[in-house]
Amino acid sequence: MKVETFPEWRDKGIDEVLYECRELLEDVEFPTANRWREAGGKILGHFQVYFPEEIAHAAGMLPFKMRGFPVEAVQSDSRFGSYLCSILKTNLEVALSGKLDLDMFVTHPICDAARNLAGVFGRNFDYPCEILYLPQNANSSHAVEYLRGEYERLKLRIESVVGHVVDDAELLNSVSVYNENRALIRELYAIRKDTPWSITVNDAYALLAVGGMIPREEHNGLLRHALPLIRGRDIKRQDKVRVVFEGGFCEQPPLDLIRTIGRSCYVVDDDLLIGLRWIVEDVPTEGDILFNLAESYVERSAHSPVQHDLRKPKEEMLKERVESAGAEAVIVTAAKMCEPGLEEQVAYVRWLDREGLPYFVSEFEENMTSFDHMEIQLETFVENLLFE
Amino acid sequence: MTNQTESIVGRGNKDGAMLFRKWFQELTDFAEAGTPGAYVFVMGSLTELLRTFDFPIVFPEINSLQTAVRRAADDYLNEAEDYGYSPDICGYVKADVTTQLRKGKLPMGRIPKPGVAVYTNACNTYIKWAEIWERMHGIDSFCLDVPGTRYEGGATWHGDPVFENDRKFVEAQLRELIPVCEKASGKKFDIDRLRETMRHANTMSRAWKRIIELNQATPSLFNALSDGTIFLGVANGLRGTEAGAQYFEDLVEEMEYKAANGIGTLTDEQYRLVFVGVPCYPIFRRFTELFTDWGGTFVNSTYLWFASGGSNIGYEYDLDNPIESLAEGLLINVRDAMDSMFFPTEMLSNMIDDFQVDGVVYHPIKSCRTTSTGMADNRRALMEKRDVPSLFIESDMMDKRVVSEAQMKNRVDAFFEGLASRKSKVAV
Repeated sequence: MKVETFPEWRDKGIDEVLYECRELLEDVEFPTANRWREAGGKILGHFQVYFPEEIAHAAGMLPFKMRGFPVEAVQSDSRFGSYLCSILKTNLEVALSGKLDLDMFVTHPICDAARNLAGVFGRNFDYPCEILYLPQNANSSHAVEYLRGEYERLKLRIESVVGHVVDDAELLNSVSVYNENRALIRELYAIRKDTPWSITVNDAYALLAVGGMIPREEHNGLLRHALPLIRGRDIKRQDKVRVVFEGGFCEQPPLDLIRTIGRSCYVVDDDLLIGLRWIVEDVPTEGDILFNLAESYVERSAHSPVQHDLRKPKEEMLKERVESAGAEAVIVTAAKMCEPGLEEQVAYVRWLDREGLPYFVSEFEENMTSFDHMEIQLETFVENLLFE
Repeated sequence: MTNQTESIVGRGNKDGAMLFRKWFQELTDFAEAGTPGAYVFVMGSLTELLRTFDFPIVFPEINSLQTAVRRAADDYLNEAEDYGYSPDICGYVKADVTTQLRKGKLPMGRIPKPGVAVYTNACNTYIKWAEIWERMHGIDSFCLDVPGTRYEGGATWHGDPVFENDRKFVEAQLRELIPVCEKASGKKFDIDRLRETMRHANTMSRAWKRIIELNQATPSLFNALSDGTIFLGVANGLRGTEAGAQYFEDLVEEMEYKAANGIGTLTDEQYRLVFVGVPCYPIFRRFTELFTDWGGTFVNSTYLWFASGGSNIGYEYDLDNPIESLAEGLLINVRDAMDSMFFPTEMLSNMIDDFQVDGVVYHPIKSCRTTSTGMADNRRALMEKRDVPSLFIESDMMDKRVVSEAQMKNRVDAFFEGLASRKSKVAV
């Protein structure tokens, strides 16, 4: 379907482009989804962390990343008990309130709370709401074959929503679009590592995150426009500590919190919206595309606290992230009530202690509005490092 | 009371407690001898397979809940929190972390350190939990992935490509698990021993299904919350053993005797309730009494389903094809256990009819998002579907800091007052 859902950045300089991205990210009227729908398009909402968007894209749907939103849980609050993370509630809220009208919803067994969402959404909406069972035993020699079958099942379900069969050529085209997108996102992260003063972490985040709200061809166009402009910026390097931010794999910290961190540090790598760059290389375009997607999920992928893979011990993965980014310290966060994140914090902190690497521990919630306290603590942490 | 009544009624609770103590004494002996254990969980324990390698079987969930029942949990939780774990994560995990830090010491004895950990994905916390053991003990852990039902009413069966894809994945993983167990135990796999443990498991599953069905009797024969927890202890700890199979056959006999003679669990049953969730172990006896004091008894619970790993459905293995059948049984049982947490509306609605239920009690707990996340919405959906009163009380299965007994009692009392009023209106 040919419809431009996010034209606001066109023909603008980089500062205005980044401004438009920030605005879109925080706009809970979801203009891109509405434009897509007004043009007759269908939308598949998928929960964090990773979803094979290529399959929905090939079917002509708009895959929309349900990353949690800055809204108050008015209706959804009564659908949940206490002691739960915010992202569950805000995702349901935007659907219940009608702000985000979906045609299908998919969640994943990433955590005990998220896997309940197929039931919760299914009891509240008539459209298909289900779990995509990504393999939890990535080390089984049968995992890829199983996942290929699961993707086939998903494709059939999506076909029933759009009312037509998805052919190999459509899948191949989608993989090509997403391969380009992955390459452009890798370039964005390379800029952050090479010249972090070229773009603030909050702007880089906004540029990345809008990819989950617009067709990926559009995101490719946006990145192709923005990346050279970012590289060409003449911004003076500041005396800031290079840090890795860990803990943003599912619920997202508010943009203001990311901005606050960026005022004291150069965030040279992170796991924010890691699902958008889960596959770390091109997905092969020869042969069985569904198999290639499945194999890429298992064999060519990043890491997160919600994927168990004996080949990816979490501390080793963090070490690799820190070393490859040339970071001097780590910000170890977790969303409030996020069990996998909170459990991982312990492992990370004990490893960082053993390695003697400086770290800053914190919790966040997507709807928090006060950052003063954290900013003071972070500044103190950074000053200690700078004047040590 | 006749001699027969005296010898049969209450036997299940007495023998269950005895078997449980014996099992724990054996674990203590293994720990003292330095024999490593197989750490497993109640949803998909795979004890049928693990027993063939002579591993002492350790259920950390059961050990942790025992610390709460014995009112020692606070100490265990505090120590794990001092170590770094958040107050907002599963209390079972934290009690076990402290147990590991204390070299297996528990109020009931001692457990062996792990030699291998085998777990399914029925609860995601199992996965994170086993990662802690990997770090602490450097052991092999094996995550046996059992894909669940994708959407409410979407369970697939033989002949469906989705079912076959899932079954093949589970079977492939089982075949990969066997060499892991051989390495950890130093013993060769013996398929005839597997047939034997599976035969005992078949007896137990058949009996467990029958016992739950028998509680449709009026008055009900056992309290799913209190008595049921004892039965579950044996169902898990002794699954795949002759003693466990015999216990459950005896239990069927006891329940059939009670049904035939109209012997209920309460002397004056007033209200028949269903319990959804995990019990409040820090005040376990008192929690049950909040209901029984009003003549309320739990005739069934989702706990009897998911905490028995889905063996409530009575799946029986084909002993001629043990590996294939073990894979299929694991898939069907664990999937059913997950369904009872994620998609329970239809199951509960059927239970209301089959067990002549007067009310449904939802007990979400801070510690367990698996069982608790969907409860409020499920309650809403069930209340739309059925005209049955319900109660929603939040607390915890481990952490007394979030158990407000007085507030809970007020809510329970008001619930029963409502049930009484409703009953009197129906009578008029």
